Amino acid sequence: MTRSFELSVNGKTHQVEVEPQTPLLYVLRNDLALNGAKFGCGLGQCGACTVNLDGAAVRSCITPVAVATGRRITTIEQDGSPTLAALQDAFVAEQAMQCGYCINGMIMVAKAFIDGGGTASDETIRDALALNLCRCGAHNRIVRAVLRAAGHRSGT
Amino acid sequence: MTIARRDLLKGAGAIVASFALRPALAAAALPTDMLKQPALDGWVRIDPPGTVTIFTGKVELGQGILTALSQIAADGMGVDFARIAIIGGDTSQTPNEGQTSGSQSVEYGGEALRDATAEARALLIATAAAARGVPPERLIVEDGTIRDPATGWSTTYWQVAGTGLLHRDAVGTTLPAPARRSIGQSVPRLDIPSKVRGGASYVQDMRLPGMLHGRVVRPPSYGAILVGFDETAVRALPGVLAVVHNGSFLGLVAEREEQAIAARNALVVGAQWTQTPTLPDPAKLHDALRAMTKLVLTISDKGGDMPAPTGQRFEAEYSRPYIAHASIGPSCAVAHLDGGTLRVWSHTQGVFPLRQNLATLLGLPEDRIVVAHRQGSGCYGHNGADDVAGDAALLARALPGRPIRVQWMRDDEFAWEPFGAAMVTKASATLDAGRIVDWHYEIWSPPHSTRPGEGGGNSLIAGWAMDPPQPPGVPKPIPQPNGSGDRNGIPLYAFARQKVVFNHITDMPVRVSALRTLGATTNVFAIECFIDELALAAGADPVAFRLAHLQDERAIAVIEAAAKLGHWQAGAKGGNGTGRGFAFAQYKNLMAYVAVVVDLAVDRETGGIRVRKVSAAVDAGETINPDGLRNQIEGGIIQAISWSTKEQVRFDRTRILSRDWSGYPILAFPEVPAVEITVIDRPGDRALGVGEAACGPTAAAVANALYHATRVRLRDMPLAPANILAAWI
Amino acid sequence: MKAALPILLIAAVAGLAFAAIAWHPSIAPVAVAEPNEALVKQGAALAAIGDCAVCHTSPGGADYAGGRKLATPFGALYSSNITPDPETGIGGWSLAAFTRAMRQGVDRAGHNLYPALPYDHFTRITDADLAALYAFLMAGQPVRATKPSNELPFPLTWRPLLAGWNLLFLDDRRYQPDPGHDASWNRGAYLVEGLGHCGACHTPRNSFGAATAGKALIGGEAEGWSAPPLAGAPWTEASLYAYLRTGLDTHHGAAAGPMAPVVWNLGRAPDGDVRAMAAYLASMTGPAGQPPAADNAVMADSPGAAIFAGACSSCHGAAAPMTANGAPSLALSSTLQASDPGNLIHVVLGGIRPEHYRAGPQMPAFGAILRDDQLVELATYLRAHFAPDQPAWTGLPDVLHRVRTEGNAS
Repeated sequence: MTRSFELSVNGKTHQVEVEPQTPLLYVLRNDLALNGAKFGCGLGQCGACTVNLDGAAVRSCITPVAVATGRRITTIEQDGSPTLAALQDAFVAEQAMQCGYCINGMIMVAKAFIDGGGTASDETIRDALALNLCRCGAHNRIVRAVLRAAGHRSGT
Repeated sequence: MTIARRDLLKGAGAIVASFALRPALAAAALPTDMLKQPALDGWVRIDPPGTVTIFTGKVELGQGILTALSQIAADGMGVDFARIAIIGGDTSQTPNEGQTSGSQSVEYGGEALRDATAEARALLIATAAAARGVPPERLIVEDGTIRDPATGWSTTYWQVAGTGLLHRDAVGTTLPAPARRSIGQSVPRLDIPSKVRGGASYVQDMRLPGMLHGRVVRPPSYGAILVGFDETAVRALPGVLAVVHNGSFLGLVAEREEQAIAARNALVVGAQWTQTPTLPDPAKLHDALRAMTKLVLTISDKGGDMPAPTGQRFEAEYSRPYIAHASIGPSCAVAHLDGGTLRVWSHTQGVFPLRQNLATLLGLPEDRIVVAHRQGSGCYGHNGADDVAGDAALLARALPGRPIRVQWMRDDEFAWEPFGAAMVTKASATLDAGRIVDWHYEIWSPPHSTRPGEGGGNSLIAGWAMDPPQPPGVPKPIPQPNGSGDRNGIPLYAFARQKVVFNHITDMPVRVSALRTLGATTNVFAIECFIDELALAAGADPVAFRLAHLQDERAIAVIEAAAKLGHWQAGAKGGNGTGRGFAFAQYKNLMAYVAVVVDLAVDRETGGIRVRKVSAAVDAGETINPDGLRNQIEGGIIQAISWSTKEQVRFDRTRILSRDWSGYPILAFPEVPAVEITVIDRPGDRALGVGEAACGPTAAAVANALYHATRVRLRDMPLAPANILAAWI
Repeated sequence: MKAALPILLIAAVAGLAFAAIAWHPSIAPVAVAEPNEALVKQGAALAAIGDCAVCHTSPGGADYAGGRKLATPFGALYSSNITPDPETGIGGWSLAAFTRAMRQGVDRAGHNLYPALPYDHFTRITDADLAALYAFLMAGQPVRATKPSNELPFPLTWRPLLAGWNLLFLDDRRYQPDPGHDASWNRGAYLVEGLGHCGACHTPRNSFGAATAGKALIGGEAEGWSAPPLAGAPWTEASLYAYLRTGLDTHHGAAAGPMAPVVWNLGRAPDGDVRAMAAYLASMTGPAGQPPAADNAVMADSPGAAIFAGACSSCHGAAAPMTANGAPSLALSSTLQASDPGNLIHVVLGGIRPEHYRAGPQMPAFGAILRDDQLVELATYLRAHFAPDQPAWTGLPDVLHRVRTEGNAS
């Protein structure tokens, strides 16, 4: 049975009519045309689908729409986030990817980490990204990009 | 959007005039990829007001190739990089350059564009010169502006390029290489900005009007037969518009993606299959491989007439299991039966071979099918990309006029992608007075390419399941020096007496195809581990021992560079779980050279390997994009560490068991080492691809470092913790 | 004055007696000897069963260098550095000193150790096994690391008090084989009751933190997780072996929380020893039993059902890859059958990580995905749907609050 859900995504409110168990990933991509979050496994194992929910990094493939309603969803398409902008610039500057399919997850985990007050170091970033998979081997570039963005954010 | 090259006007006068305007072009060999499609306007188009559009048959896999080719084209044309637009891999628009594979794109795709742009530029200059009445040698080009420095007169490509100017065949050029303005620069990649902003970058992001969502229900195992399913119940599920059933091929289309997934799940649970055990006993895989049907080929045999060598004989066997591409994004395709034309968007590595296979799958003429490349996630070879295009085409045929997007689920990709073949090898050698005087190496390997267009038969697994089935063909061996299972099977070292035998297995109980490096990683692993074992027996330093057996100067240079970068010290002590190892190879014995030093530690509790640092030296001829080169080398190093220390496809007698990431772990962030790379750049030399060159040496160096750290010599990949602990005192 | 004299005398005698038991001589330090390879290897196998590295390694720290925080009802303790570093570790300890620590809980200098080190179990270990363990630890990498100070309230900081604890609760005897059982059972008993120290978590503790007499292995707690009963629990020997060896049993579920590192280590221990432990434990467990199947009608339209369908069924549903590989219905999960919902809350909030990114049971963390009220809805649904013949869990919000504030064991 579909129901109407109000979703706050990147500061805008949307009304969607879906079954309550529908993973947020498909609603974001197919109903709201937001390509950032990616389908990598649908099992919460790889992190490619990561978005932020109330500021925390969550895997949208295992987040049913019913639990996301009434909460603050932000995605890689968000405007006006200095942290996100710093990360995006840093990932471009460091050319921090190969195929790039995992990068949405990397950026959204890093965003939650930095905005959550995490102290960015090589070790803490690797730890924060420990459950995000990258198959191409861009790990070191990704870490450098996050460090660069974190440094930029903290003004160092 | 179809651009037919034939639509460009063929003004005969223009051609005749052009004929006379070709002073500087001497007859020379045409690049390989241009031989069958020499028309220049198939490669280059001058687009007012200020763009040059390049057509390449190569496709972007995330390796930065479109950027690198654009750099080559920019310098070839004498324009700024920003003026280049590039279109890759589209059967309706671009040349046919086969597959984007084998580390050949920058070399062969680049070679074609070098020639095409050189000839185009010469023609444009000649046209301008003729119009002005001056010899072409007086004119220079600056960012598409043609100028006469003596008078200040100038015009532009876009003013000069009448229609049809480039509608002529290339003849090959011996013009000197153009000034390097783009080549050699780390030009930022064209595709990255969109990818950090959630742009529509991948085939997965395509959204066409009226698009529907398809899923397939694959058999639970190879050869399983569909016995029955409740079609009525599935059709009654919300949003389901079509159920496509042909033999054991079962697919469905729904309005919404989650509806398609729900319907697929219902069929996964409800459909009944009969299954047959068809897989070898995983505990006896090596024996099974050696017993399979095979063609025996001697690929190297020299010094056999010399007297039998004296000295001490050594022997060792090395192996690797089946490994998975394990692409982060499971394969996806969009297909649309649009009027009489089937349009397919795919992340295939070869749009033309795929089109050919789709034609046979569907019984359609090729010229009614268009395949256009859109990026997918990294494929590292032949993954499910072609197969899902076949699935999408079949579903699209059931709903003409509607674009159908088919997304493989995670377990579809893990269980049905063609794996990298399991291989066993046997090395033996004779040492006399500290030198290798005799070398014998034998390989057993299933095929390493079952791509569309190879091996005859039908590559697409949808066809295997149909009634009547369209079975796969049996691939032939690929000749050296490319090779398949025997790639890099012939050592680069100078041995007076050597024999290399390749057993090309034709049985394929487990589906296999091309995975980055084909057989090279296993062969380099075996050779470079064995070299280390022989060095130890000879009491020699591993680096010095290699140098003593090499004559190739570039190989020597790259080995010395790596040893220097990694601060290699002969006789350095390892042990207590800490050690370092060295390895080297030239990919296919004719492409890029890579040597690596690996530093690692082994955990005493768990036996787990933690690679701390890799120092690599690379010689890839002329470097097109230094940052892109480093990215690829580092990626290859990290992936090879993952393969060699963690990866193995699990199966039982009937089915593949590795179906999600929990059953197929790969290297994680905390396990990734620091990597430093030194590049020997050779401007003016042939540019060599680097996508695969670092993998084999890295795998071997890890095993050599493991030995240095623990005195445990493991010869079977993956170098698993349990095996290390069992052998480590 | 005269009436006070006997009291004073008794007090004096008691004081002297106490001093006598509370005072231990320092054992002279020795140099680290050359390792005996065979003994070291034997000791490594024993250390895997004893899980020494789990408590004696801090997250991200060097193996055995200590510093791991252990929460107890009395306050927080930090584990010692047991690498052979002479100044900050046990590098100067003789075998005699090591033996005394393992059997009586007294360190080389003569100070009492807190029974967070379960020497009340280790005291059962034979001389030969202690010698092997000693050889293994002494052959390790010396690491210079000083642990943080314990966080205990006075008077618990006064270590001689522990002499009294030993007097009351330490049964300082070696394991005695039971002739009524075979060698495998006895080996299992020796390991479970001694080195394996299962009772340290699976036996309830009294107010002194000692094992409650007469309640061996009927269930306890560890680091905020409940350690289910072993005695009388519905486990077969085959299930016990599978669980201990691989971390997963298809009739009960996956090891999580503090039990996960235990099974990682038992996966590396000698197979015969793990089988023996299973054999011994099976002699006290009850019949396997079969819980009823999930009740598909129950709460099918509830919010909890929708959460389960969207958040959980991609792995726990009938079409999941995990299910195709034999993972059972959650109706068989011990965690959902248990009367205490704490472990279920832990697992949903924190997920399950395999060891060092290896293959093995894993589950994502839902702590950021589900708000408290949503988690309560889910837990209520899970209990009703998958454990239909068990009474509903009560007090879920309180359990949830406790688990969230205490934090999960990693």
